[in-house]
Amino acid sequence: MADARVQVPAQIKRGAPFEVKIAIRHAMETGYRVDDVGKPIKRNVIREFVCKYNGAEALRVDMSSGFAANPLLQFWLTAGDSGELVFEWLDDSGARGTERAAINVTA
Amino acid sequence: MNTREPVSPQRRLSAAGARRRALLAGAGALAATQGLPALAQSQFNANELPPIPALNEYLAGRRVQFNRMQLEIPRVADNGNSVPVKLGVLGAAPGSVQSIHLFSEVNPVPRMAVFHFSPLAARYDIESRVRLAGTQRIVALATLTDGTLCVKVAEVVVSIAACLDGN
Amino acid sequence: MKPARSASRLCQRLPALLLAALAGTAPAQQRVIPLTELKSGLAYTGEDVRALQGDDFANPGMLWVERGEKLWSTPAGAGGGQSCASCHQDAKASMKGVSTRYPAFDTAAGRLFNIEARINACRTDRQKAEALKPESEDLLALTAYINHQSQGLPIKVAIDGPARPYFERGRDFYYTKRGQMNMSCATCHEANFGKRLFAETISQGHPNAYPIYRLEWQTMGSLHRRMRSCLFGVRAELLPVGSPPLLDLELFLAWRAEGLKVETPGVRR
Repeated sequence: MADARVQVPAQIKRGAPFEVKIAIRHAMETGYRVDDVGKPIKRNVIREFVCKYNGAEALRVDMSSGFAANPLLQFWLTAGDSGELVFEWLDDSGARGTERAAINVTA
Repeated sequence: MNTREPVSPQRRLSAAGARRRALLAGAGALAATQGLPALAQSQFNANELPPIPALNEYLAGRRVQFNRMQLEIPRVADNGNSVPVKLGVLGAAPGSVQSIHLFSEVNPVPRMAVFHFSPLAARYDIESRVRLAGTQRIVALATLTDGTLCVKVAEVVVSIAACLDGN
Repeated sequence: MKPARSASRLCQRLPALLLAALAGTAPAQQRVIPLTELKSGLAYTGEDVRALQGDDFANPGMLWVERGEKLWSTPAGAGGGQSCASCHQDAKASMKGVSTRYPAFDTAAGRLFNIEARINACRTDRQKAEALKPESEDLLALTAYINHQSQGLPIKVAIDGPARPYFERGRDFYYTKRGQMNMSCATCHEANFGKRLFAETISQGHPNAYPIYRLEWQTMGSLHRRMRSCLFGVRAELLPVGSPPLLDLELFLAWRAEGLKVETPGVRR
């Protein structure tokens, strides 16, 4: 289950700015912690995050262990055509996550 | 099970803290004799960039402006694992900002984040939550498309959890 | 003790004793913190934590609530599998108010259940599926989802009848000093709430927001996990999540928090 939550406005006027919010369930394991018996827990954080709007890159983030666990991102885009936002992320283990949100633009 | 007479929690805390206070007192005395600078909190200068190698590498000798970059972060963090941060660039028209970097003075990974903007960015406001490995200064740096570099420095005091949780 | 004096004392107490006997209940349990002075842990956290809990999107606990929502409709177990929804339909209706009554004595099983135990009883007995492991992501998610359906509703648990022995054990546990620090729950949460402990303010120690997203854990955790943190704090033996003493304590805490609104998912430091 790719756990992520996305929030975008239900309807947006063409040309208007709109806020995009995404929360991803990911431990963002820093690699500096140790387990119960003192063994280091391997680092696994999201390194790259991309949001595409109808295929075009809208925002790209180089992430690190400096982000809190279960990262939250809020940013602003300009409404163009109706369509969808596609979010993709890649972590240290090579796992890819993805989430989508429909964008409904009115004239 | 426990047969000793009840001891108030305040006395217990004092016992635990006494050693810590003794250590700090000793450290303070040592600092005074060697002329070391006082604690950061009493001398925070918002117009001074902390010495972060990754930041200097990025700047490559370029000059920075201390206006326009906005960085909102609590003065005292509830918990270093998750500190809210708000970034922005004052008066930036769409298309004018290329990226925003976030640097840490003390974290093991000094270059915490880079936000790369596209022409689709309506404004350059970003909200997120970061990890801070202790009390330190953070630097937010915006690279404008015309080459201007705008920075903001903030200092955050990070306290530890009360019942140090080994669970 | 002169007979006359004790006789007169008995005469004074007799009406109350008779009333109690007629009512069939033990005399009412005294509350150290009066119901009107109860405060959720939210009142003792920092502003940022309060804001984070109040933000329905940013509250990290909602990731588990939404996972629980998906699990609610996911079939599990032998023979095609039934989901929670197969019997309970829409949780918003069927689960509303349920968590405010837990922990509760389950007549069929003959023992006290918290929500986690109730979920696993359904999974094993009704769904013929494997029980969810204590503190597992799925169990936390389902518990959070179910408790979330009681958000804003006041806690009210029964401590009479078959629940009474559990309540009394839980109450005794609460007031027993333990660990190398020789402290009881009451030492901090009844004698010293509102005072500082290192960088934090001690709360009254209520269970109304659980499961919580604790910033210190960087993830969602149960009430029992939080109790273990306290046991660790006083250097006492760590009891397992789901163990009888912690379950007894959970009932006592729920009684102690009567009237406090459920906040799940809570955010704490």
